Amino acid sequence: MSDLVPFLLWLPLLGAALTLAAGERVRLQRVISFTVSALVLAYGITMLTLTSDGSVVVEQVAGWPGGIAIPFAVDTLSALMVTVAAVLVLTSTAFAVFTGDDEDRYFLPLVLVLSGGVYGAFVTADLFNLFVMIEVALIPSYVLITRRGSASEMGAGRIYLTVNLLVSTVLLAGVGLIYGTTGTVNLGELAGAATESVGAALAGGVVLLALGAKAALVPVHSWLPRTYPFASVATTALLSGLLTKIGVYGIFRVYAVMFSGDERLQTPWLVILLITMVVGALGALGESAMRPILVFGMSSQVGYILLGIGFFGELGLQAGIFYLVHHIIAKAALFLACGAVEHEAGTGELSRLGGAARREPLLALAFIAAALSLVGIPPFSGFVAKFSLVRAAAIEGEWIAVTLVVAVSLLTLLTMLKIWNGAFWGEDPDEESRASQQGASGTLPDQTDPMSSPLLRRAKVSITEGPPGGMPRGLILPGLTLAALSLTIGLGADVLLGLAGTAAQGLVDPTAYVSAVTGR
Amino acid sequence: MSAAVLVAVLVAGGVYLLMQRGLVRVTFGFILLGHAANVLLLSAGGMSRREPPLLGTTDPAVAADPLPQAFALTAIVITFGITVYLLAMAGNGGDDDAPDTDAEPSPGGSTEQGVRA
Repeated sequence: MSDLVPFLLWLPLLGAALTLAAGERVRLQRVISFTVSALVLAYGITMLTLTSDGSVVVEQVAGWPGGIAIPFAVDTLSALMVTVAAVLVLTSTAFAVFTGDDEDRYFLPLVLVLSGGVYGAFVTADLFNLFVMIEVALIPSYVLITRRGSASEMGAGRIYLTVNLLVSTVLLAGVGLIYGTTGTVNLGELAGAATESVGAALAGGVVLLALGAKAALVPVHSWLPRTYPFASVATTALLSGLLTKIGVYGIFRVYAVMFSGDERLQTPWLVILLITMVVGALGALGESAMRPILVFGMSSQVGYILLGIGFFGELGLQAGIFYLVHHIIAKAALFLACGAVEHEAGTGELSRLGGAARREPLLALAFIAAALSLVGIPPFSGFVAKFSLVRAAAIEGEWIAVTLVVAVSLLTLLTMLKIWNGAFWGEDPDEESRASQQGASGTLPDQTDPMSSPLLRRAKVSITEGPPGGMPRGLILPGLTLAALSLTIGLGADVLLGLAGTAAQGLVDPTAYVSAVTGR
Repeated sequence: MSAAVLVAVLVAGGVYLLMQRGLVRVTFGFILLGHAANVLLLSAGGMSRREPPLLGTTDPAVAADPLPQAFALTAIVITFGITVYLLAMAGNGGDDDAPDTDAEPSPGGSTEQGVRA
């Protein structure tokens, strides 16, 4: 199977070329991009079963000996990330089909290139290649954010582009410094390098800083809520699940391999991550529209995911990896559910929304399930994630962390209630648009219709309001699927906990990874 | 040492330009920063060895390290592509960021702002 690892990169790129060649034939474009994502998903699941015993599949590209080649390595963590990313790409693309995003002939090719870069970043075992893969994933996202070209999008795109470019430059400089201090950028060769020399540790710190900015940790998070909410709904869901998670994955990997989870850095990590959790949740509370709340909450959740790094041990990392998978799925479900409301209403401002639960009970079900999962209520996946995190922190004796994990969950609950009360519960706020709808039906009176008397017509409107005025099922299904997936993971948590445990073992003791990558 | 000074000057100029308002200046800032990163990459390979790295013709002790050169080449290509995109944005979306993007626009009201602009 190792020969097929580069397939994760070239298949999406090939698919992008084909969809581009398909041009205006949207249906052909859809067939190609769904096929590619489905193949990647199948491959991801295959790799997950192959590596579930802790083994590492390595492809030394072009047959160069280990240590010289630019290797692709798949262990449990990588396989897990690729699988979840493929699920997210599939559902977000399905959502984009129903919102009409993909009628833009460049949308699907861009999404494919982005996904290829993301898969590549998850499987590469070379720091410079990680930089290249992040760029491959970022460049389509620059275009996706500014594609519609409205003034607010251009403003957000400008911030997004400049911040990410700056961070990428820092990452590149960090990689250069690592090469200068250690003479290699191969992750296998770099094992433990930062614990041996101060120079390498500083260089690694520059790389971690750049990855932290990509993951939106708190001192360097402020670009996130100012950019993501302005893209189209499907794009936001896609970017939030994929791009920031490259940073999270990169921190896990680089810190585990290069720094071997250095004990002296654990307190600084804990401080940064706990502040991230609190500030992200408070920021989310202060927002007044749906997607900014969710995006600010992302920062807070990244703090949870990485918290395991602060007490580098198998339990904490297992909880963190479980949390990562849960978070990608639950958050995307929230984005898609809120996005469906926003797509229908034309606004995400909570003050101008309401009553969605009455109009679209299924959508409300998807939202409430994903929201409860995010907060950490059993039987959803969020409960298992938070419970194992609290348990790991308690075993390590980090009582401040335990307290904050629980307290910030309450803040998260408040943010979810804010969206629920504003958008799903209560009265319909859009009296004007309803009035204009009735007016529109009033301009076409069917004189022969026995129901044309005002009273009866009104009854008719309310009867027909369901199916024709209702939301297309396609807008609801992707979010509902992800919410159901979150529930499934919560109910059958043993499977994912086992995989996360194997992945965490691979991080705590990266010997297998290192020897596979270096070929020694 | 000369490489360190060069990187310092390029980064200082780049950061100064990044703080400017116009997107064209920001773009120039990124070009300077990109050059700084490239010089950094090259110096990571060692500044003392500069002979062409050809097997059989150059003594490996004085041959330049080709790997950082490959890094710099890749980085140049990426910077070039993004510079073009930045300039396209500067030409298309207005060189200056509009006042209403400063005043925390609401994502929901994107269509209205599009009309206003």
